[in-house]
Amino acid sequence: MKKNKSILLSGPYILWMLIFTLIPLGVVGYYALTDVETGAFTFANIKDLGLFLPTLGISVWYSILSAAICLVLGYPVAYFIAHRSAVTQKILYMLVMLPMCMSFLLRTLAWAGLLETNGIINQFLNLLGLPSLKMIGTPGAVILGMVYNYLPYMILPLYSIIVKIDNRLIEAAEDLGCNGMQVFGRVVLPLSMPGILSGITMVFVPAVSTFYISQKLGGADMPLLIGDAIEKQFKTAGNPNLGAALSLVLMLMVFICTGIMNRFGSDEEGGVVA
Amino acid sequence: MSKELIRLQDLTMEFDGERILDGINLYFNDHEFLTLLGPSGCGKTTTLRIIGGFLTPTSGRVLFDGKCINDVPAYERQINTVFQRYALFPHLDVFGNIAFGLKVAKLPKEEINQRVQEILTVVGMKGYEHRRIDSLSGGQQQRVAIARALVNRPKVLLLDEPLAALDLRLRKDMQNELKRIQQAMGITFIYVTHDQEEALSMSDTVVVMDKGRIQQIGRPEDIYNEPKNAFVADFIGESNILDGVMLSDYKVKFFGRVFDCVDAGFAPNEPVDVVIRPEDIDFVPAGEGHLVGTVTSVTFKGLNYDIIVDFRGFKWLIQTTDYHGEGETVGIRLNPEDIHIMHKSEYSGMFGDYSSYSAEYDELTEDAADEEE
Repeated sequence: MKKNKSILLSGPYILWMLIFTLIPLGVVGYYALTDVETGAFTFANIKDLGLFLPTLGISVWYSILSAAICLVLGYPVAYFIAHRSAVTQKILYMLVMLPMCMSFLLRTLAWAGLLETNGIINQFLNLLGLPSLKMIGTPGAVILGMVYNYLPYMILPLYSIIVKIDNRLIEAAEDLGCNGMQVFGRVVLPLSMPGILSGITMVFVPAVSTFYISQKLGGADMPLLIGDAIEKQFKTAGNPNLGAALSLVLMLMVFICTGIMNRFGSDEEGGVVA
Repeated sequence: MSKELIRLQDLTMEFDGERILDGINLYFNDHEFLTLLGPSGCGKTTTLRIIGGFLTPTSGRVLFDGKCINDVPAYERQINTVFQRYALFPHLDVFGNIAFGLKVAKLPKEEINQRVQEILTVVGMKGYEHRRIDSLSGGQQQRVAIARALVNRPKVLLLDEPLAALDLRLRKDMQNELKRIQQAMGITFIYVTHDQEEALSMSDTVVVMDKGRIQQIGRPEDIYNEPKNAFVADFIGESNILDGVMLSDYKVKFFGRVFDCVDAGFAPNEPVDVVIRPEDIDFVPAGEGHLVGTVTSVTFKGLNYDIIVDFRGFKWLIQTTDYHGEGETVGIRLNPEDIHIMHKSEYSGMFGDYSSYSAEYDELTEDAADEEE
């Protein structure tokens, strides 16, 4: 009875998933394995992927950097929030969420406005008699964009894990001879691991497939990221089949990454590390 | 018997203007099993946390071996704690938990292994080294928590209601176990509980606390037989507490009748509280009794009957193996040694009347106390 009801209630989404996720996925796979002109079955698109290895490499590298920076910036913030009073926690949590209430495109455009050669920051520097800096069109600008946009996705899972760490465990560690640093290293950090892993996944996955940030903040001089490459195949290069193949690779990579993270996570819980 | 190890001097503690501890003076001897006993909110856990170094007293001093340790952080004290609900590290296995303190102290690997094995034997958990914490039962987690503290060879072990989460059977077993471990290790145990039976059966010394003050300190027998005030008499076991007047040494008057007793040293005609333990009262045929009353309720308790008898409107609890039915008229005799006299206190008149007694009442309030902690 209960089971039937749950099937009934989840039915609409299962149908939705079928039509708009599984079938398109099949279409992407079909495109990836067919020729753009003739529609005949071919591995040519897969072979061409080799050309995109550097692009993929840069995308992964930028995403790893972004996730690492988000972790370093986000952890102390999450820890700080988790140790405030209940009311303060709610307010700070809202503040972290606040940027997410504004359009992602708008926020990225705003950064472009700040970083441009004649942008607000440079105007301000000139006003002080300082020379302009080249900010837009640098890897730094792209990574800044990623960190800025995805930082909440790091802080929130970290916060939700850290806030659950039982204070008595910290007291127990102190009782057993740990000073502040040791308490952190031996108890708080290991217990934050699930939050760290899900934070990294939540930042890495959107960062590796991003395309808008790199276009607005990276500009023409910068190497393409994989997300841009896919967009280009579909929109301007007129080779959706190659774009589809690239999408498949990206998807595979995301799967592998989350897989590794999950495995890592369950090992951690399994207490293999004695 | 042995030397003093810890002394608390004029300890007071306030949270948000509320006084939790009010002038605690207490010393703990080496090798002693001392229990802080009291209802929830009496300040016993606060006292323990101050000794452990997790709280700084508002005023007063904690002396360890004669030295003030108020400013010594928890991690530098030669004191370990067994926490309420254990607080074991979920990310470490049994070995990792027990070895934790030794690893922090950077002892050589062989010594750590050896000491962990030793302590596992002491707590009866050999062979469980690589079990995950969440795969252990409550009793096993309890043993790991004790081992984790003891392996560091502290001079003092603090135990904060360690048996509260266990079922009754296991609790009894662990009581014996704890006493055995304490004697085997030869260290001081400071034990916090609201369970009077636990306190009486394990401790060398019991400290009864209420409202942030010490009500009585003594050996379990003394606390039970010679309670200092109505609070102690009621909290430790059951007591009928009556208003009386001490006419002279060894003569007390209550219920309009003069009784012989074994207490002396009161002012002539001093108003006093008279304690009569329910198990000390003997039934006699109505005609031969010092007092005559009517049975108003009988509850079978297994070992005995709890019989409530109405003596001129004041209801007594009497515990006896003789059955007397409801409505029966009974007489009782009181021997001099069954009567215990106490000075009047702020608690006088608050306890010891069984007019609203019901069998479930005790259990309900005990459960409520558990929830609060």
